[in-house]
Amino acid sequence: MLTVANTTKWLQLFTDQVNTNQDALNQYDTPIGDGDHGSNLARGTTAMMDSLNKADLKSVSDVWKTAAMAIISKVGGAAGPLYGTAFLEMAKASKDRPADDIAVQPLIDASLKGLLKRGGAVPGDKTMVDVWTDVDADLEKGPLTSDQVKTAVESTKPMEAKKGRASYLGKDSVGHLDPGSVSSGFFFESLIQEGEIQ
Amino acid sequence: MSYGILVVSHVKEIADGVLKLIAQVAADVPITTAGGTDDDGIGTSVAKITSAVEHNEGDEILAFYDLGSAKMNLDMVMELSDKKIHLYNVALVEGAYTAAALLQAGQDLPTIEKQLQPLKIK
Ligand SMILES: Nc1ncnc2c1ncn2[C@@H]1O[C@H](COP(=O)(O)OP(=O)(O)OP(=O)(O)O)[C@@H](O)[C@H]1O
Ligand SMILES: [Mg+2]
Repeated sequence: MLTVANTTKWLQLFTDQVNTNQDALNQYDTPIGDGDHGSNLARGTTAMMDSLNKADLKSVSDVWKTAAMAIISKVGGAAGPLYGTAFLEMAKASKDRPADDIAVQPLIDASLKGLLKRGGAVPGDKTMVDVWTDVDADLEKGPLTSDQVKTAVESTKPMEAKKGRASYLGKDSVGHLDPGSVSSGFFFESLIQEGEIQ
Repeated sequence: MSYGILVVSHVKEIADGVLKLIAQVAADVPITTAGGTDDDGIGTSVAKITSAVEHNEGDEILAFYDLGSAKMNLDMVMELSDKKIHLYNVALVEGAYTAAALLQAGQDLPTIEKQLQPLKIK
């Protein structure tokens, strides 16, 4: 179950992973994009932690809403509206739940719906939607594992991109991991690493 | 009902350039732009788009954009804004130019949208 403390911790672990791997994320975005995914996201997650540390967080929903607003206003690339929308959907989905009964799966499910609507991508288009779709299904069956996250991220490699910058490359996008899927992998690895939520 | 044009691009100079091009044929049409990120890097900014919508003197906005995140950020602003925003998935330069020239000529929205139809590329 999510609490203010463990949700904030999850986001802190995600921020740490994004910061540590900022260059690697830029590298993933170089052959099939514009090389800025790590920088974009790190700008957002850093601002997000600043906001979270300053805010008076009364509920899990407050945490996601505060996180979303920072991401939306600071990222400057596709990752902004996408992660921003995902987090806003988590804020909405957790809002009306009893404070001691907020499970992670329904939140991810709501986020995925938001992502599909925001970007217009479908599974198989080689976007972060692929990872969120797989994780959503995995979570329905039980606690998420690292292997499941890896498999989801790796699944984007053979795909041909149909959305986002990589789609302009057509078949040349095949054989590369999707950068947004790699960062989404960090997000879900952080959930597992937090250890208490699921 | 008055209409204004909004140009959203990943690059400040592209937005400024489109403005320069279309303003020449549309002296009386309100045009505002949102180009680049908050620090004028390559990307799009919700803050810049919001401000360009608010500062546009048109009652309703005809919005034109270039790539990916521009549309997603425009969509987010549309959900939050009180102003009605019409978003066109057309070629940026040709679309904005068409709308500007026809608004200046006093054409109505259905006529403009009909002219924009063949310019749809995304
Ligand atoms: N339409 C979309 N739907 C879902 N995910 C998308 C879409 N477009 C891009 N993405 C995801 O965003 C990632 C790229 O994020 P990044 O921050 O690098 O944005 P960008 O593509 O550089 O932004 P911009 O659109 O401003 O050029 C991709 O790897 C992909 O996972
Ligand atoms: Mg990029």
